[in-house]
Amino acid sequence: MDYTILILVLPMLSFLILALAGMKMSHRVSGLIGTLSLGAVTVLSYLTAFVYFTAERTAEGVHSSMIPLNFEWLPFTNQLHIDMGILLDPISVLMLVVISTVSFMVHIYSFGYMKGEIGFQRYYAFLSLFTFSMLGLVVATNIFQMYVFWELVGVSSYLLIGFYYTKPEAIAASKKAFIVTRFADLGFLIGILIYGYYMKTFTFTPSEEQLMQAGMMLPWALGLMFIGGAGKSAMFPLHIWLPDAMEGPTPVSALIHAATMVVAGVYLVARMFPLFIAYAPQTLHIVAYVGMFTAFYAASVACVQSDIKRVLAFSTISQIGFMMVALGVCTGTNPHDTGLGYMAGMFHLFTHAMFKALLFLGAGCIIHAVHSNEMNTMGGLRKYMPITHITFLIACLAIAGIPPFSGFFSKDEILTACFNFSPFVGWGMTIIAGMTAFYMFRLYYGIFWGKENKELHAEHVPHESPLTMTFPLMFLALVTICAGFIPFGHFVTSNGELYDIHLNWVVAGTSIVVAIAAIALATWMYAREEQPVPAMLARRFSKLHRAAYKRFYMDELWLFVTKKIIFRCVSAPLAWFDRHVIDQFMNFMAWSTNAAGEEVQPLQNGRIQSYTMWFFGGVIVLSIMLLLI
Amino acid sequence: MELEVHVIHYLIVSTIMMFCGIYGFFTRKNLLALLISVELMLNAANINFSVCNRYLFPDALEGHFFSLFGIAIAAAETAVAIAIIINVYRNVKQVLTDDITDLKG
Repeated sequence: MDYTILILVLPMLSFLILALAGMKMSHRVSGLIGTLSLGAVTVLSYLTAFVYFTAERTAEGVHSSMIPLNFEWLPFTNQLHIDMGILLDPISVLMLVVISTVSFMVHIYSFGYMKGEIGFQRYYAFLSLFTFSMLGLVVATNIFQMYVFWELVGVSSYLLIGFYYTKPEAIAASKKAFIVTRFADLGFLIGILIYGYYMKTFTFTPSEEQLMQAGMMLPWALGLMFIGGAGKSAMFPLHIWLPDAMEGPTPVSALIHAATMVVAGVYLVARMFPLFIAYAPQTLHIVAYVGMFTAFYAASVACVQSDIKRVLAFSTISQIGFMMVALGVCTGTNPHDTGLGYMAGMFHLFTHAMFKALLFLGAGCIIHAVHSNEMNTMGGLRKYMPITHITFLIACLAIAGIPPFSGFFSKDEILTACFNFSPFVGWGMTIIAGMTAFYMFRLYYGIFWGKENKELHAEHVPHESPLTMTFPLMFLALVTICAGFIPFGHFVTSNGELYDIHLNWVVAGTSIVVAIAAIALATWMYAREEQPVPAMLARRFSKLHRAAYKRFYMDELWLFVTKKIIFRCVSAPLAWFDRHVIDQFMNFMAWSTNAAGEEVQPLQNGRIQSYTMWFFGGVIVLSIMLLLI
Repeated sequence: MELEVHVIHYLIVSTIMMFCGIYGFFTRKNLLALLISVELMLNAANINFSVCNRYLFPDALEGHFFSLFGIAIAAAETAVAIAIIINVYRNVKQVLTDDITDLKG
């Protein structure tokens, strides 16, 4: 499996070429370089997945993990060293497939979407950098390598959100994303340091003895790591950066802020899952409740947003909440019973990446056609954009959990796992799944049906996008239709044992009924030309509507915390101390040196005879001293 | 009483010359007078070299050679000093030390 190194080298190489020589190339050549290298990476990832999953299982019936490459990068002590390498196990191979597929589709799509943009080469260079970092993150052999690549994806995300760097909102959004995730990464770093300090290792699989050394510190370390994961995966209350990150180009939102980077937190929890289950089950349940609250919060905000990308962003947050819940409700590692959530979460990660990328790319086509993100500029677009319409509908059905689309299967497994854990979580998640179906169809009807903005469309007739943009849509739609039938339990389960996915018809039936009811409600409210019900509801519950539209004032709350509390109570006294104590001490040093110089200065009066006098006096003093000694 | 010239007598002479030179260097204001004072000091040193060689190490010649070096250096120094003084005079039209105080911090 030595060729797996190429999966990392190729995007890095294409980044270097495009970054160093991109400006000398034409748009077509630079785009082709990026896309072809990604194509090669995709082929290699599929090959890796094929070879890995068709290899013989071990005696315990699991796919053993492989390390085709590992070298010591930074040695600290004999035991503690940071390695760099490639780890292949079921979840990393799964992520390789997800990332390379979505990234490849986004590369193709961007040909059409970014056509003629200034900085086209830069865009492709950053895409390659991002893909490299994300692939490095998932194949990390130890927690520190993961952290290094974790920050690299953070920086690529920053660069891509701020791609339109002449637009103030984009700059603000990129800074916000970077600062919020960095703030969360502080927790991750402290967690890693605790982990390394007590265990004397950074590997994912410490020995019994090392685990004994950590003792009670391990749940803390894992909890702090989850804070980092929560920042990256936009868990409440660190979710505030993700909706703003939609200022970036839409394919970037599809790649980074829907399918790959934002699930890094889920991946992190899944990666540390054996430790969570064995040593910190309480921490894992905190993950579940955080995920559930986030899913509910984001779903309720998504119901009233008017910017289509914002709706999708909140839907992403909500769906990541589902994955976190799925991981968090595990109480054991038996995939048939207590560990079902692990498989369900990873399955949902896989299916969600595909249909959410499809939704974002579809949204990109719509924005491309009407040149706006606002829903009131759309409506009735189904006649103009048939391919986008059909693929978008497929993705909406998938996310709503309608069989036979992929989302149904993964969501059903999650709900089954939730009901296994507790009826409260189970019913809660079922209701949130219903909300998902409602807001997705509100979005769908708002774009493709509903009240058409005829003036605007007459002025500028919306048109279907070129093939470079519709091909990825069709491909991803195909994956969305088929992915549910993949025997996912054969590949990824909590302890690696084979598990056949079977539907729990009570849970599945309930969720289908709830989803269809929610879709019917959305149809009744939003599909018509005139929409009296939503307007009436918005008037009746104007306070609630307004609060939800303003995302329940979370941004304002954070601004209050940072500006009023942190800046005023912490930063301002520190600034005062800096200005009045530290600076003044330095000024005093400079002043005293200066004053001493002023005092001594008359000695140097330019009269050669006074110099010689002093010199002679010195000689006499020295002579007397010599005589006395 | 036999009059014999001892090393001490030479040293008294050279000491007087030395301190005359130092006194002159401190008190005189004219640059040329300063130069002469420096010559006095140098020659006092030369006398010491020669005398010490003659009375303490009669078989060696290093002291005499040092005297010769000292004379050569004094000649060179005088040439340079005179040149500087002439240039100073050209610039400021006099050679009194009280007025030449431009080289200060």
